[in-house]
Amino acid sequence: MIEAPNKRSAQIDVFVGQPGGMLKALHALQSQSEANFLSPADIKLVASKFGVPVAKVWGTVTFYSLFATTPRGRHIIRVCENAPCHVVGASDILAALEQHLKIRAGGTTTDGLFTLEATSCLGVCGVAPAIMIDSTVYGNLTKEQLPALLAEYRQEAQA
Amino acid sequence: MKYYRAHVLICSGSNCAIKGCQTIKDALVAVLNKHELQSEIKVVDTGCLGWCEQGPSMVIYPEGVMYSRLKNSDMDEIVTEHLLKGRFVHRLMTQSTDTLGLASPLNMTPFFQKQRRVVLKNCGLINPERLEDYIHAGGYTALATALDKYAPEEIIAMVLDAGLRGRGGAGFLTGKKWSYTKAALGEPKYLICNADEGEPGTFKDRLILEGDPHLIVEGMAIAAYAIGASKGIIYVRGEYDLSIKRMEQAVLQARENGILGEGVLGSGFNFDIEVCAGAGAYVCGEETALIESIEGNRGEPRFKPPYPAEKGLWGLPTCVNNVETLANIPAIIENSPTWYRSLGTENSPGTKVFTLTGNITNSGLIEVPMGITLREIIYDIGGGIPQGRRFKMAQTGGTSGGCLAEEHLDLPMDYDSLASHGSSLGSGALLIMDDSHCILDLTHCFLKFFVHESCGKCTPCREGTPALYKLIGKMTAGQGNQDDLELIHRLARTMQDSSLCALGQTAPVPVLSAFRHFWPEVEAHMTGNCLAHKCFSGRGSKHDH
Repeated sequence: MIEAPNKRSAQIDVFVGQPGGMLKALHALQSQSEANFLSPADIKLVASKFGVPVAKVWGTVTFYSLFATTPRGRHIIRVCENAPCHVVGASDILAALEQHLKIRAGGTTTDGLFTLEATSCLGVCGVAPAIMIDSTVYGNLTKEQLPALLAEYRQEAQA
Repeated sequence: MKYYRAHVLICSGSNCAIKGCQTIKDALVAVLNKHELQSEIKVVDTGCLGWCEQGPSMVIYPEGVMYSRLKNSDMDEIVTEHLLKGRFVHRLMTQSTDTLGLASPLNMTPFFQKQRRVVLKNCGLINPERLEDYIHAGGYTALATALDKYAPEEIIAMVLDAGLRGRGGAGFLTGKKWSYTKAALGEPKYLICNADEGEPGTFKDRLILEGDPHLIVEGMAIAAYAIGASKGIIYVRGEYDLSIKRMEQAVLQARENGILGEGVLGSGFNFDIEVCAGAGAYVCGEETALIESIEGNRGEPRFKPPYPAEKGLWGLPTCVNNVETLANIPAIIENSPTWYRSLGTENSPGTKVFTLTGNITNSGLIEVPMGITLREIIYDIGGGIPQGRRFKMAQTGGTSGGCLAEEHLDLPMDYDSLASHGSSLGSGALLIMDDSHCILDLTHCFLKFFVHESCGKCTPCREGTPALYKLIGKMTAGQGNQDDLELIHRLARTMQDSSLCALGQTAPVPVLSAFRHFWPEVEAHMTGNCLAHKCFSGRGSKHDH
């Protein structure tokens, strides 16, 4: 569903005029987007509201890894692939997820439920290897645990 | 005031949260209610106990008995045996807390015995969501003392005398940094707490913020008073939901109780704090990139000089300090610089918080006096290498640090000793690796991180990181030659000399330390042999088919 532009606009009015408000506006827009991303229309909207060139907003959005410019699945799976997770088997976790979901890192499942992203350190290395699904972190993972974990999200989507 | 005969403290730090501490708590409360013990026994959420490997964990006081690796089904036994009959549940006590079947108090276990908790003193002891708990543990007395007894210049002098060095990585003298901002012209001045922790293997700031958020409010308020800042910003990593929530809550509580805002604690000093969330960029840990990000821009580092002390946030004098640095301030004011200097070494006074990760029995969060050896950390506190394997190397300071080999196990952990061996203390990340790992395969992994995180502003880093990654990749594929080695050295030197910020300057460090300390293993790849059998698709030699 495409929301009316004036509704999107109202979501960010509060940040206009705030020092450094642009990032906050982008966070707000993305968190309320159904497909978890910032569309070209969103980016144009922010540029006009903040009175800056579209290129500047585009440059800012693509700089930060928490922002996306293409539609993503309902749930974002982020797999840490840095050294502390790597030494305890993160590459097996990523490979198992790719196999299970039948997508490569960066891709979205055909049912639109999951997007798989390889990411930098999530800061929970005490329980490596770790992944994050949306804002929930899962740690001390083995590849055997993954199917059951994903099944929970699938069930929830069907409910 | 209500008294309880026992307190059950449940670790609610991020690492235990992942392991289900909330459901443990719910199960415990249900059993307590069933036995009608809710008015006798108090259940408290607390900050990280440090022993993340053993989570979810709880400590029952007054005995100080720690139970680990808990399941919901264990709660019945803990309540009926320990809390009703006074008998310890030995099977849930970790081996080292349960020697000879007798419970040893928590601070007598090897994991805690060698630790010295200054920054983490309240973590695992108080409820971080209650201002009253923090005050009861002596909180905000340092701020009151600072405002009441000392002039701003005296505070700076005390921090200088204590010899506190920045705990974010660079190790610059905090008192000196403060004096530059204090002397700079322009109003208002800003104090920024850098909580954009992104160094792989580091999660200390997260657990400090989660476990004792008021300590950071207090440290920031004292720092602001010293440098004359009226505005504070704490920039927290966007992924750290709980840290953001706890800090926002602490700031609100402090404001409602006259600790922040107009006239801090009834003095003439005005100071308030804003919590700001990052958006996922490692380079924003660099102070000028962080300032750009707060201003709402791409987080690219600025040219220096001018330094933030002169022209920082919105072009005004700004001081940026790491979470752990600020967490040390109240203790210095309260106990004196001389006391602080009694901990640690001559050039690196105080304690350091480390995060233990990788192939180590007790992964988690620890705080030790500076100068402790790597061996003591790994074997006495960390419990050694699991699965009967041998220690091979430790990377200190995170991915931008160097790898140390077995012969460095007795090196004191302080700024200067590590620097002299091509590594760094950095953020306190300690990645321990056993003999199943290949130095080149790991170096390849370290470089992939820098390729991803290079911001693209300066050429040496933007072009250098992928070039290094490719060259090391060539070696792990058994296709490296003598020319590549020379190119790697030249590239590394160029990046170190000419990159704009520490990201590009330190990206070659893991490569150079690998070559320096593990040369025979690197060289073996040139002839198509991987001694750890990791490269060449796990065959160990590219000649085997």
